[in-house]
Amino acid sequence: MRIVVLLKAVPVVGNEKLVDGWRVDRSAGLEANGNDEYVLEAGLKLVEQHGGELVTLTMGPTPAMEAIRKALAMGAARAVHVQDPVLAGSDTLATGLVLAAALRKMEYDLVLAGADTSDGQGGIVGAAVATRLGLPYLSYAAHIEPDPSAETIRVRRISAAGYDVIEAPMPAFVAGTQLLGEPRYPSLRGIMQARSKEIATWTLADVGVEASSVGSSAALTEVDSATPPPPRAGATIVREAPEIAAERIVEFLASRRLV
Amino acid sequence: MAGEIWAIGEIADGQPTRLARELATLAAGLAAESGRTARAVLVGPDASTAAESLAANGPDVLAVDADPGDRPVAAVIAEQVAALARDRQPSFLFVGASNDGRDVAGMLQALLDWGALVNAAGVRWQDEAPQAEMSVFGGRLVTLSHLAADHGIVIVRPSSVTAEEAARPGKVAAIAPAAVDPLPAVRIVERIAEASAAVSIEEAPVIVAGGRGVGGPEGFAVVQELAEVLGGVVGATRAVVDAGWIGYAHQIGQTGKTVKPALYVAAGISGAIQHKVGMQTSGTIIAINRDPDAPIGEFADLMVIGDLFEILPRVSAGVRARRGG
Ligand SMILES: Cc1cc2nc3c(=O)[nH]c(=O)nc-3n(C[C@H](O)[C@H](O)[C@H](O)COP(=O)(O)OP(=O)(O)OC[C@H]3O[C@@H](n4cnc5c(N)ncnc54)[C@H](O)[C@@H]3O)c2cc1C
Ligand SMILES: Nc1ncnc2c1ncn2[C@@H]1O[C@H](COP(=O)(O)O)[C@@H](O)[C@H]1O
Repeated sequence: MRIVVLLKAVPVVGNEKLVDGWRVDRSAGLEANGNDEYVLEAGLKLVEQHGGELVTLTMGPTPAMEAIRKALAMGAARAVHVQDPVLAGSDTLATGLVLAAALRKMEYDLVLAGADTSDGQGGIVGAAVATRLGLPYLSYAAHIEPDPSAETIRVRRISAAGYDVIEAPMPAFVAGTQLLGEPRYPSLRGIMQARSKEIATWTLADVGVEASSVGSSAALTEVDSATPPPPRAGATIVREAPEIAAERIVEFLASRRLV
Repeated sequence: MAGEIWAIGEIADGQPTRLARELATLAAGLAAESGRTARAVLVGPDASTAAESLAANGPDVLAVDADPGDRPVAAVIAEQVAALARDRQPSFLFVGASNDGRDVAGMLQALLDWGALVNAAGVRWQDEAPQAEMSVFGGRLVTLSHLAADHGIVIVRPSSVTAEEAARPGKVAAIAPAAVDPLPAVRIVERIAEASAAVSIEEAPVIVAGGRGVGGPEGFAVVQELAEVLGGVVGATRAVVDAGWIGYAHQIGQTGKTVKPALYVAAGISGAIQHKVGMQTSGTIIAINRDPDAPIGEFADLMVIGDLFEILPRVSAGVRARRGG
């Protein structure tokens, strides 16, 4: 099975450095998006079971390299890194365009993406990319099971009531969640091997997207203002014996009309 | 003429979801403010019946009785809404940030080539366009953003708006599904119900959440008890979901759900940033933790130092006594 994993490099949640008031500094300290590591792990297991090759696809600035290297150390065979200065400030629309264009130049039976990103928080890029490519879209995956002989893929999709078992012919696009399982740590051997693995760098021209449709100048969303949220007053601290502490909680609830 | 504002709703058990009502209320409010027309769109086998109910929230409702059969409903909603949008040229589409809603929004973005404001925790009307409030970078900033075009998609989180009945209900128009090029086929083979999944923590006014401090699956009994007494539901950290003590549907945080209840009680939860991002905008936060230095103390309103097993049952009893007495 040939698998492509869409891997975004994101700032570490809680450690974002801000520039110009609200822009996040992406010049250093990026790591793989949490959900993308879960689908990467699921993809690696699929290749171990069914053979084939796993390639990661990332659109992002140079420091995304660290996340890509880790993916290679975990077991990805090679990586594609779409990188172009004009991509800075791209919105979800442009991201979907570029990732779809890059995928048109790749070969795959299965594309995997995360359910959402910790920085973008949209959870829409996967559905947009699948739709642009005309791929069956199977989302919120808690479990992925291919039937390579039938060339179909089965996914356990989280639903409001539990889950649905959904199925589609391959090639297909699956967006996955944490329930796919904990990502592995790269082994020392994996880290050594990663050094000789190929990272192909593609420019915007390489993927065939017009510069006028990407970047901050093309973005269809604009930030008007950014302010810290109103601070919380600071906690009232209670350090009494359980009986009194419980009474304090009930009084506190009552004072805020919560009971 | 300025284009319409559409609320794209979902249907569950034949009725509009609460989120659909919130979106309809929002669309009606923004339309009144901007002199535009609000319209809700419902797609599904029960669309006409659900539409009668949704019209109470104000906007006129378009009911598209399209039967998804064994296809996931998001693709069918996206196909129909895209066809309608091409035909009628609305300006703004409001979609809910549910699982299906986000799928619909992503598909619509690709089908229409429209921009999208994501994860809105509030929306107001500003300079002839919707302006969305979003919490970003681990909650360190609140941004206000607008669409830099006269059309686009806004994805709205649950409980960002309070659903209200309008003085005058809207009218319902049932229309036949448009003929569309269907999105690639995905088939639902089986629908599995799991009792533990059926918690709507995003809608609950009170959440009592347990972390590793509850010690094991049985430890959730005291958490459950207080949740019931307070009329709320049980939440959890990823640590306890990973440990298999409780189902993923309860998980709050970065890779779980984002919630905003009036009251959040965190029992045996350290308050890691990945948990914090999912609950920090809750109205009142009460933490019960043995460790006075637990980070949750930095953003709680009441920090109670002690053993949750000694404290929670007494709080449950205290609340009951107060009600009874
Ligand atoms: C990519 C990624 C995504 C993540 N997503 C999420 C997410 O969505 N949600 C989430 O919650 N986490 C998430 N995490 C995990 C997060 O980093 C923390 O590990 C997790 O939140 C810790 O859970 P906890 O508070 O239950 O456990 P701990 O951090 O172990 O805290 C347990 C607390 O209980 C207290 N305690 C122990 N016994 C008692 C007692 N008897 N009475 C009172 N207090 C007691 C301890 O003092 C301690 O503070 C994510 C991590 C990563 C890397
Ligand atoms: N710049 C990117 N590079 C690679 N994959 C991405 C990128 N942006 C988004 N994705 C993929 O799309 C998923 C959903 O992203 P989002 O809609 O931004 O929340 C992510 O989990 C990734 O798998």
